[in-house]
Amino acid sequence: MSVELTCIVCPRGCHLVVHDDLTVEGNSCPRGAAYGKQEVLDPRRTVTSTVPSNSVSFKVCPVKTKDPVPKAKMAEVMAAINAVRATVPVHVGDVLIHDVAGTGVDVVATRDLLE
Amino acid sequence: MKHVDLVIVGGGSAGMAAAVSAYDAGVQDILLLERSPYLGGILNQCIHNGFGLHEFKEELTGPEFLTRFVHQVEERHIHYETKASVLSIKKSKIVTYVSPKGSFEVQAKAIVVATGCYERSAGAISMPGERPAGVITAGQAQLYLNQYGYLVGKRVFILGSGDIGLIMARRMTLEGAKVLGVAELMPYSNGLNRNIQQCLKDFDIPLYLSHTVTNVIGKGKLEAIEISQVDEKKNPIPGTEKRFEVDTLMLSIGLIPNCALLDKAGAKIGPARGAEVDDALMTSIPGIFTCGNVLHVHDLVDYVVEEGKVAGKNAAAYILGTLEEGAKVPTKAGNGIGYVVPGSVALGEEGGVSLKFRCRAPSKNVYLIVKQGEKVIKKLYKLAMIPSEMEIIKIPRKALENSQEPLEVSLVAKEDAAHVR
Repeated sequence: MSVELTCIVCPRGCHLVVHDDLTVEGNSCPRGAAYGKQEVLDPRRTVTSTVPSNSVSFKVCPVKTKDPVPKAKMAEVMAAINAVRATVPVHVGDVLIHDVAGTGVDVVATRDLLE
Repeated sequence: MKHVDLVIVGGGSAGMAAAVSAYDAGVQDILLLERSPYLGGILNQCIHNGFGLHEFKEELTGPEFLTRFVHQVEERHIHYETKASVLSIKKSKIVTYVSPKGSFEVQAKAIVVATGCYERSAGAISMPGERPAGVITAGQAQLYLNQYGYLVGKRVFILGSGDIGLIMARRMTLEGAKVLGVAELMPYSNGLNRNIQQCLKDFDIPLYLSHTVTNVIGKGKLEAIEISQVDEKKNPIPGTEKRFEVDTLMLSIGLIPNCALLDKAGAKIGPARGAEVDDALMTSIPGIFTCGNVLHVHDLVDYVVEEGKVAGKNAAAYILGTLEEGAKVPTKAGNGIGYVVPGSVALGEEGGVSLKFRCRAPSKNVYLIVKQGEKVIKKLYKLAMIPSEMEIIKIPRKALENSQEPLEVSLVAKEDAAHVR
């Protein structure tokens, strides 16, 4: 049985059909084909959020999972993110959580907080 | 009075891109004015990912995207002031602004206005019912949550399926709020398909198409809302009411270019509700340019940046005396098209012209046709088009003819397009 999906790789949002043999139709780029296959086998999402910071100019520091994490683990990832704080100085890409919720993916800062 | 070559009003993505490109084009005496405490504009609160695929060829979050531009501004030592609010712009290119340092008048040789857009609010749609606390625009709720760390509510309903509303549905859910649904007046969503998927379907949040809010209930604090289905004329159908007990009603019902400064300066306003511009992005006032969401509301920051670069480069050329100003051909939104930016394009032999526009209603199996008089300049097949996605068509400038016939963009059904060549 084939599965119909909306591609989320880019804002274009192609309508994908993924067949049993994992061939993908409807994609406009190779990233779409890879997404279709991935979404059927192991759906993943990048989680973005904020954590409290001690910066004088920003109350919170925006963060993201460096790579997409399994969709089913999003709640666990959020719980872990909500348990940490960012201490200045922070730079874009600094790791705030190693291997979040056992996903093998790090949570990194997405803003510079220098003071 | 201070004299500066180029004043840029607004330090968001459009303004920063304009500053960098003007600098690189040879105008280094720049003053970039930003109202908020930091550069970056709306991207500061857009902590989600999906930005930068065109500009940087990778997927970034809003803050990562803006950080790269701030670095570009700072590497060039472009002078910028934050907490600097522009009060007025005069035709004579005098800019008046206030900041914690005082109040200032600056005489510029050219100005780029990149002041972004603002959200439509409850008053704009004559929302029925009471006026309790708890009715808030999605962008305002996003600012509170993503920049100040305040969650505005725990039980949320969202009116309007614009992208900010969809992004906030996911964000509020991840932060522990319950989003009970999204109502959309139109029979189709106004957000990007990917956001319907990853923000609503991923979290089983229902989308009520052809529905609107028909009552707001609560004394002092919001207690409940009622939505109803609407007919083809968008009138609520009695008997279809659904009630939701909520503490927050979030509005994502559209964005409007924030072009009051240009309007007051006397610039002509166009059909996209921003200033009317030529393809150099110059307004009807010589030397005053505009770009980004204040010109027309974009869906991708990458295109905002591209526009900012065009405005910056041309403002620099204006200052250096190298901006060619010749005959122009007006553009026209034809059948099925909401608006076309720019409002006119210059004739010439070199380069290309980008026409940006939106369709009025979702359309399938259509041809996009660009013609001047009877001459068809471009014919492009489109499997599907939706109003929430801006389209861009590039045409060679030399294809234009020197006449007052407008350059018209229109939609033609596939079966009717066969005779158009």
